[in-house]
Amino acid sequence: MSKFTFPESIRSRPVYGTLEPRAGAAHLLIADAHGAEAILDVATPDMMAKAHIIYIPKGEPFEDKLRALKPAQFYSGPTYAAAEQRIHKAFADAKMGLQLYLSGTEGVIGQAQHAAMQAGIPHTAIQTEHRGSTARRMQCVHCKGITEDVDVDPFQCAHCGLHLFVRDHYSRRLAAYQGVCIDAEDPGNVPPSKGIYE
Amino acid sequence: MTIQFNDETFRDDYSFKNSDWAIKRFPFPFHEDSYMYSVNMEQHRGGPDGSIYEKRFDVDEHYVSEMRDRAMVLADDPLRCQSLPHMTLAGWDLLELIMVSKSEDYPDLFELHRNGDKWRWVNKPMGIDDSFTFLDEATLPYGPMEYITRQTQGDFCVLDQRDDNLWMDAGMITTQADWSLDFDIGMNFFEWHAPVPLAHEKGIFVRALKFLLSIQQGAPARRLNWTMTVNPLLDTSPENYHKWGIQKTSVTPENIGAKQHLRVELQTFFRLPRSNALVFPIRCYLCCFDDLMSVPKWGRRLHRVIRDLPEELATYKGFIDNRPMMLDYLSAFDDGQPTSMGIWPDRDTEPPLKT
Amino acid sequence: MSGAEKIAVTVTDIVPLNDLVTRFEFKRTDGGLLPTFSGGAHTVVEMRDTSNGGDITRMNPYSLMSDPMDQSAYTISVRRDDEGRGGSLFMHNNVKVGDQMVVSNPVNLFSLDLLAKKHLFLAGGIGITPFLAQIKQLERFNGNWELHYACRNAALGSYVDELTDHYPNATHVYYDDNDQRIDLVNLLDGQPLGTHIYVCGPKGMIDWVRKTAAGEGWPRESIHYEEFLAPQSGKPFEVKLAVSNIVIQVGEQESLLEAIERAGVDAPYLCRGGACGQCETQVIDYTGNFIHRDHWLDDAEHASGDKIMPCVSRFEGKVLVLDR
Repeated sequence: MSKFTFPESIRSRPVYGTLEPRAGAAHLLIADAHGAEAILDVATPDMMAKAHIIYIPKGEPFEDKLRALKPAQFYSGPTYAAAEQRIHKAFADAKMGLQLYLSGTEGVIGQAQHAAMQAGIPHTAIQTEHRGSTARRMQCVHCKGITEDVDVDPFQCAHCGLHLFVRDHYSRRLAAYQGVCIDAEDPGNVPPSKGIYE
Repeated sequence: MTIQFNDETFRDDYSFKNSDWAIKRFPFPFHEDSYMYSVNMEQHRGGPDGSIYEKRFDVDEHYVSEMRDRAMVLADDPLRCQSLPHMTLAGWDLLELIMVSKSEDYPDLFELHRNGDKWRWVNKPMGIDDSFTFLDEATLPYGPMEYITRQTQGDFCVLDQRDDNLWMDAGMITTQADWSLDFDIGMNFFEWHAPVPLAHEKGIFVRALKFLLSIQQGAPARRLNWTMTVNPLLDTSPENYHKWGIQKTSVTPENIGAKQHLRVELQTFFRLPRSNALVFPIRCYLCCFDDLMSVPKWGRRLHRVIRDLPEELATYKGFIDNRPMMLDYLSAFDDGQPTSMGIWPDRDTEPPLKT
Repeated sequence: MSGAEKIAVTVTDIVPLNDLVTRFEFKRTDGGLLPTFSGGAHTVVEMRDTSNGGDITRMNPYSLMSDPMDQSAYTISVRRDDEGRGGSLFMHNNVKVGDQMVVSNPVNLFSLDLLAKKHLFLAGGIGITPFLAQIKQLERFNGNWELHYACRNAALGSYVDELTDHYPNATHVYYDDNDQRIDLVNLLDGQPLGTHIYVCGPKGMIDWVRKTAAGEGWPRESIHYEEFLAPQSGKPFEVKLAVSNIVIQVGEQESLLEAIERAGVDAPYLCRGGACGQCETQVIDYTGNFIHRDHWLDDAEHASGDKIMPCVSRFEGKVLVLDR
C-alpha cells in the first residue's frame, strides 16, 4: 500500500495532493521509492519530452518503468544526499515556466521543496504527492540535529540522545518536524514508544 | 523622570524584582473577570502618563539588565537572531524607527544625530556612542536589526508582506513564550500560529491578519497577550526547555507567591516605510503573584480568570499541572466583591480586600 | 479613514509633460520632512473643489513617482480624464503652485517582492508611474530589473527620454502608433527562475499579461498587478446608514464612499479604487440593482447582494440599507 490518508492536523503541517500535468516550458520530477508510482500516474508523452526525472529507488523496483516513460533526462541515485548537487544544478539551469513535481516520502519531498524555494519557486507553486513510508524527518529543537526516518513517538534524538515527542509543527526551511523533550518536567519518565499514527 | 536601572538577573539566582513604580504600571492583561481570545487591537498612539503605553518603545528599570541577559543568550545560541537575506532593508527601517522614537521620547537617555546618511547614535544607559553610515551594513558591528535590538527591550519579529500574508522572515527572539525563531523563520502568519489551540476555529487569525495587513505608516497598533512563568526567567525557549522545564515542578504552596509570575506581552505593530514590512515587537513584563496581590482588583480578577480558563488554554500556556496550587493561593485574595472594568489598578476606587 | 494623520502639503511645482499628463510636486507646508516610502506606494490626494459655489471633496489615489529615499518632496503624475468625475480635471485646471492641499501617508498595495531574483516591469501609458519609484529603489540596492513600456507615441510617452537616458540597457519602449508591440511570449521565455512580473496599465493589458504568463506556466505568486479604478459618475441614489441611523444622498458626481464621508461617518479605506478591500460594507436590505465595479469581491459575492465596495460601486433602485 503506497497511499496513506494523514489525519487532519494543524496549519503548519504539509498537505499533499495528487500530481497533475500542468502547462510549462520544462518539467522536473523528483521522487523516492514509491513516489515513482505517482510519476507513472501523471506522466504524459508531451510532458516526458521536456522532462527531467531524478529518482532515488531505496530498493523499490520502479526504475525500469520510469525509464520506459522516455523522459528527456533520467537520473537514479542511492540517496537524496547523493542527488543533491544534481538537483541544485537543475534549479540553477532552470527558467521560469518550469513545473516541479515531488513525490514519495515526506523527507525527500521536503528537502527538494526547500531547494526549489531557494532557487525562487514559491512553495505554493510546487506540486507534491505523498507515497510510501510515513516516517518523518525530525529536528531536535534542543541540539538542532536532524533524525531521519522517525516512525515512532517518542523517539530518541540520534545526536544528543534526548527523548523527544513528535510534533506536527513543520518547518519548510528545515524540511523537518519539531521534536521536543518529553521528560523535561519529570526526568526519566519516558512513556513507551508507539507508531506515530497508531 | 530619570529611571534608576536595576542590577538584576533573570537566571540562576533570579534577583529580578519590580519596584513599586514598576508594579503600579504593570500591564495587567485582563479587562474583565474572564478571558478568551479576541482580536483586541487598538491604536498604539500613547497612553496615560507613566504607563507602558505612553512611549512608542517603553524603557523601564529592567532595561540594562535585560540587555545583559540578551547578550548572554546570544553568546550561547546565535540562532536566536536571524534575518533572511531579503530582510536587510526592513532591518534598517527598524533601526531608524527605534532610534528616532527613543531619541525623541527619551532625550536624556538616547541621542540621534543625523547628517545625511552619516549617523551618530548615543545610548547612555548602555554606554554606546557609535557613528555609522545609514544603509551601509559594513559600518555597524552587527546587521541593522541585530544592532538595534541588542539595545531594545522585547523580542522583535520582522514580517515580510507578500501574497496577502505576513511571513516571519527575520527576528530577535530571546524572551519568548516557548517558541523557536530558528524553527519558525520563513513561516506565514497561519503557520507560526498553528500550535495555538481554539483560536483558528474562532476565526481569530483570519481577522487579525486582515487587520495587520492594512496597518499603515504612522498608525501603529497594539494588544496585550499573557502566559505564566515559574521564576522570572526571560528565556523560556523551546531550545532550553529540557533545562528550565523542571523549574515548573519547584513550586510549593509556600513559595508560589514569589516564584509564580504572570508574564504579559505588550505586542505592537508598526508599518516599516522603506521595505513595506511590518515589525511586531513583543515586549515581556513579569510580575510575581505576591506583587500582583498588592492591587485588590487584580487579586480578585486573576483568581476568577485562572479558575474559569478553558483546559486547552491552561495546557497550551503550560500551567495546567500547577493550576490547583495557583487557585489555592489566589482564592485568598478573592472576597467576591465586584471589579471595575478595564485593566488599570483603580487603587483609589477599588475597595480593600475583606478579610 | 483608518489610522494615520493626513499631511498638509503645498504645491511647489507643476510641470505639464504632454497633452495629457502633468506632474505635481508637493512639500510639507510646515517645512518638515515627508515620510519615506517603498516603491509602488500611492498617496491619496484630497481635492477640495469650491468652484461654482459648490463644496466637493474628491480623494484620488496617485502613485508616488519620486525617489522613495527623498523626504523633501513627493511627486505624482496626473493623466487628464475628460470623461471622469472631475478629479484629474480639477488637478489640471484648478491647482496652482502655492496651493495648500492634503495628502495621506503613503500606502503600498503594489510593493516589490524582495524575494525576487529579477523584477520584470510591464507598463502601459500612465501605468509607468509606480515603476519610476521602484526603479529608483532598486537602483539604490543594485537590484536586477528590466522595463517594457508601451505607450501611444513619442509625444505621449511620459518619462521615456529620462528612462532611456539613464537606463538605456534596461528600458524597452514600444509605440502603438508605430505598430510596436511587446512580444510577451518571447519575453517570458527564458527568464531566470525567481523572476517576478509587475504590470500596471489598462485592464486589458493586465488581463493579457496574467493570462499569457499563466499559460506559460508562471506561478500566480510571481505576477503582481495594480489597477486603480476611478469612481464613475451615475444616477443619484439614496442610502440609509443603519448604524449611524441617517439617510444620505449620493450625488451624480460623487462616490458612495465620498457621500458617506461627507455625512461625517468614518469609513475605512486604503486605495479608493476597488482593490484593497478595506471599505467592504455589509448590505442589510435593498430593492434595486447594484452596479459593482470593484475587483475585490468575487462574482458570487457580487451576485449575492450581501456586500458592496462603496469606493467605486453604485446602486440604482428604491431602497439600500448599509451596515455603517
